[in-house]
Amino acid sequence: MQAFDFATPTTVAEAVELLMGRNGDARILSGGTDLIAQLKEGRRTTSLVVDVKRIPEVTELRYHPESGLKLGAAVPCVVLYGDKEIVAAYPGLIDSATLIGGKQIQGRASFGGNLCNASPAADSIPAMIVHSASCLIAGPDGQRSVAVEAFCTGPGQTVLRDGEFLVAIHMPAPPVRFGAHYLRFIPRNEMDIAVVGAGASVVLDEAGERFEQARVALGAVAPTPLLVAEAGEYLAGKPVSEDVVDEAARLAKEAARPIDDMRGSVRQRKHLSAVLTRRALWKAIERARG
Amino acid sequence: MTLTRDKKGVAGKAPYKVIGTRPLRPDGADKVTGKAVYGADVHLPAMLYGAMLRSPHAHARISSIDTSEAERVPGVKAVVTAADLPVIQDILTDLGEGVVNLRYTSNNVLAHDKVLYHGHAVAAVAATSTAIAEEAVKLIKVEYDLLPPVLDVLEAMKDDAPIILEDLRTTELGEKREGQTNIASHIQHRRGDLEQGFAAADIIVEREFRTGTVHQGYIEPHSAVGLYNDDGHVTVWCSTQGAFGIRNQVSELLKLPVSDVTVIPTEIGGGFGGKLGVYLEPVVALLSKKAGHRPVKMTMNRTEVLQATGPTSASYIRVKMGATRDGKLTAAEAYLAYDAGAFPGSPVGSAAVVILAPYKLDHLLIDGYDVIVNKPRSAAYRAPGGTNAAYASEAVIDELAKIIGMDPLEFRLKNAVTEGDRRADGPVYARIGFVETLHAAQEHPHYRAPLEGKHRGRGVASGFWNNWGGRSSVSASINPDGSVNLLEGSPDIGGTRASIAMQLAETMEIAYEDVHPRVVDTDSVGYNDATGGSRTTFGTGWAAYEVGLKLIDEMKRQAADLLEVDLESIAYENGIFSSNGDSLGFKEIAERIDESGHPVVASASVHPEEFGPGFGTHIVDVEVDPETGKVEILRYTAVQDVGKAIHPSYVEGQLHGGVAQGVGWALNEEYVYDDEGHLLNASFLDYRIPTALDLPMIDTVLVEVANPGHPFGVRGVGETPIVPPAGAVANAIYDAIGVRMTTLPMSPGTILEALWAQEES
Repeated sequence: MQAFDFATPTTVAEAVELLMGRNGDARILSGGTDLIAQLKEGRRTTSLVVDVKRIPEVTELRYHPESGLKLGAAVPCVVLYGDKEIVAAYPGLIDSATLIGGKQIQGRASFGGNLCNASPAADSIPAMIVHSASCLIAGPDGQRSVAVEAFCTGPGQTVLRDGEFLVAIHMPAPPVRFGAHYLRFIPRNEMDIAVVGAGASVVLDEAGERFEQARVALGAVAPTPLLVAEAGEYLAGKPVSEDVVDEAARLAKEAARPIDDMRGSVRQRKHLSAVLTRRALWKAIERARG
Repeated sequence: MTLTRDKKGVAGKAPYKVIGTRPLRPDGADKVTGKAVYGADVHLPAMLYGAMLRSPHAHARISSIDTSEAERVPGVKAVVTAADLPVIQDILTDLGEGVVNLRYTSNNVLAHDKVLYHGHAVAAVAATSTAIAEEAVKLIKVEYDLLPPVLDVLEAMKDDAPIILEDLRTTELGEKREGQTNIASHIQHRRGDLEQGFAAADIIVEREFRTGTVHQGYIEPHSAVGLYNDDGHVTVWCSTQGAFGIRNQVSELLKLPVSDVTVIPTEIGGGFGGKLGVYLEPVVALLSKKAGHRPVKMTMNRTEVLQATGPTSASYIRVKMGATRDGKLTAAEAYLAYDAGAFPGSPVGSAAVVILAPYKLDHLLIDGYDVIVNKPRSAAYRAPGGTNAAYASEAVIDELAKIIGMDPLEFRLKNAVTEGDRRADGPVYARIGFVETLHAAQEHPHYRAPLEGKHRGRGVASGFWNNWGGRSSVSASINPDGSVNLLEGSPDIGGTRASIAMQLAETMEIAYEDVHPRVVDTDSVGYNDATGGSRTTFGTGWAAYEVGLKLIDEMKRQAADLLEVDLESIAYENGIFSSNGDSLGFKEIAERIDESGHPVVASASVHPEEFGPGFGTHIVDVEVDPETGKVEILRYTAVQDVGKAIHPSYVEGQLHGGVAQGVGWALNEEYVYDDEGHLLNASFLDYRIPTALDLPMIDTVLVEVANPGHPFGVRGVGETPIVPPAGAVANAIYDAIGVRMTTLPMSPGTILEALWAQEES
């Protein structure tokens, strides 16, 4: 590991000033579960590490049944699933929070960090997409908001510009008869990376027999986590049935554009996109029905 | 569960007082409180830290190495390359689980003229910190002329394959052939008339199998500290299965008298055969010499461990077997091609023994090929070669049984070898317990339990391992409080401090807690072969038995002096020495001779040859998710003839460990290479050993058919249990989904492919 500077700003403005002019060479430190390993193994280099955990907005966790969830970018997974109201309101998010690493990792790892690391296989991103999350970004020109599905632009690449960093993630409060689920396929039962990940959320009618809204997202089947808008559009207004869910799963399979690599083949990943979308939707439906 | 079928050890005076109990291990407290010193825990004054430059290519000629820039980095004290190694001739040495040529070892430790695999060591740096050493390594300039790599065993055997070692010539059935080749040797076992055997068969099954490269997966990475002292004496601290083997290799590779090398074994976090050969040990010694005789430490990271140590062979295996309708095997033919990595020495020899060892056969032919490819040099891995071989043969046995419509255990029983039968490669079996494992499996509740639910299946498979005797030495002395200090040279991997101390306590009729075993360095005890070949509880335990007899004899002499009677009149029983009504306790004598007599010490050395082989039979239930191809292990039972379980918990632990590794090999473990020979998955994220959540509790049945060649009937137990799992799991998958899986690993992707192929056909 090479030597680098280390800074601990306490305000958003101070952090932006530190990052300005570094042209992406500076690295933000949140839980460090990706960054420290990457620096140690020489997979990334940097001249400056900025620890943002002393900035209040970055570690803030606030939930309100009307305004929704404001999740500071450095809030670790364990804090999230330690809150009963949040667990009840954002089930898909919690599914992914409990899948990321082991207990020790979950004590440090954050959703903001997972997002900024921008792995196509990140577990939390499809979950955040189906919870309609948006990203609050601070920069030299003030703050802006970007939908989570638009945040990643490629493997390890994001929309963050020079001087910008992710402050928090916002998720709207779930409507009634809402349900969500995230699952992934891994060859083992733990300690693994998704071959394919799938998230789904649904809002059902009063009878619980018709989709009012739905969102489907996939991981590890494209250069970035993928919102499958076609599937959500198709489901809206349709009755809850095996045929309908299967068709949404087929649309997810169509949308997937994976590559062959050592973790899976194109055919396997496309096939799993349908299988996991179907399973995620049924679990989300079960949860929406209560 | 322990089933004692036969108690005949030569010292068989059961019921035993100590053997068969489950006392605490002497090294337990240190290990669970983090005080035990493992390889990377060694720190010496003025110690330097090393880092290795490794080849980014699978096959290339080294045209130049420029280390000058690295040498100029402040804090760098030494840089070494192969130019610093003495030139050595062919020297064959037996590491315990295979013979290696030390000329190749030298080439493996630091690449000579070519790099032969991705990760091959090229140069090493010693500096005042690891960070400096790592940065300096990046400044070493190596020019490579790229050569085409060959990674697949059958590709490497072709006439037009790229040649890896220019001087290699095939040893064809014992005779050297002319011409460059990647085939190091061809061996053959033949019996009877194959044509006649197959003509007598009603059913013939022939299948081809492929297995991937797998690593031993020990948790502790390789680590070594070397001190090349000003007086020319070299001391190495390292995590190893055999300190004497490391001593001998360092001595030969550096051309030093063996008495100028001391190896101090640390605690070891797993080896499974992968910590018999040297990697870092000669390098840290060379660095220390060049760095002004300061000690140098090198510790590999996980990527280096996977890239450059281990692994065991990928293989291509073809098996053909014939049987009659009433379930008698009539003939068998096996062809095994094992890749050895970049240097000769795959375990195809032992694979060729394992593949048909459990069965009576009048007509057989086995061909084995040892083939080099551009992968890391293969090292021994628990029952080397056995898992691949039994995967193939046990699947064919299962298929024959299914076609005939016979219970697979019954089919095996009809053909099982017993005492007096000849093994496929020639030797005649002494008393063995294969049949007993089959009976125990048949009677086990697991085998009778109904298997309900969709996509669930049950499989069985058997396996053989020959075990090893080797040489063992121990020394012991009696303390004034009547306890015994036991010095041994066998690194303790599976609880052998306990199992050896228990045999000494049983022999001397003293309490287990009164034996204090200690694993010592190569200067402090007589020669010991490595902890490998499932030999330690058997062989070093035997040495402890011998030393116990000597100590008791000496104590009898002391008792005779103290009681003032003839030696011949002294009897010893239950810790009491007696003669004509007078008696003295063991501890009382120990205390009195401390005051007036001379200390009681003894040493013993053994080289036993009758290391009874082990047989195991495994039962496994699986569930296959037909949509994802994932296999869940629902229930697992391992039955094994263990001879005599000295410490049953540690024997059960060996069975658990063998099954866990075998299941990992069966389902997910494999090296993934790109076309240029780069290893893509050199981490535990993508090289998938099983986690605790991937296995159920593994049930064990210890069948005790005493080995007549050991005082307490011990057989080696560590390796047999990794032989059957892959075959058992494959047979269970067939039972669940009707597909014969013929490649390892049987990963979700390959099972999906097989299911799709089944649908399409």
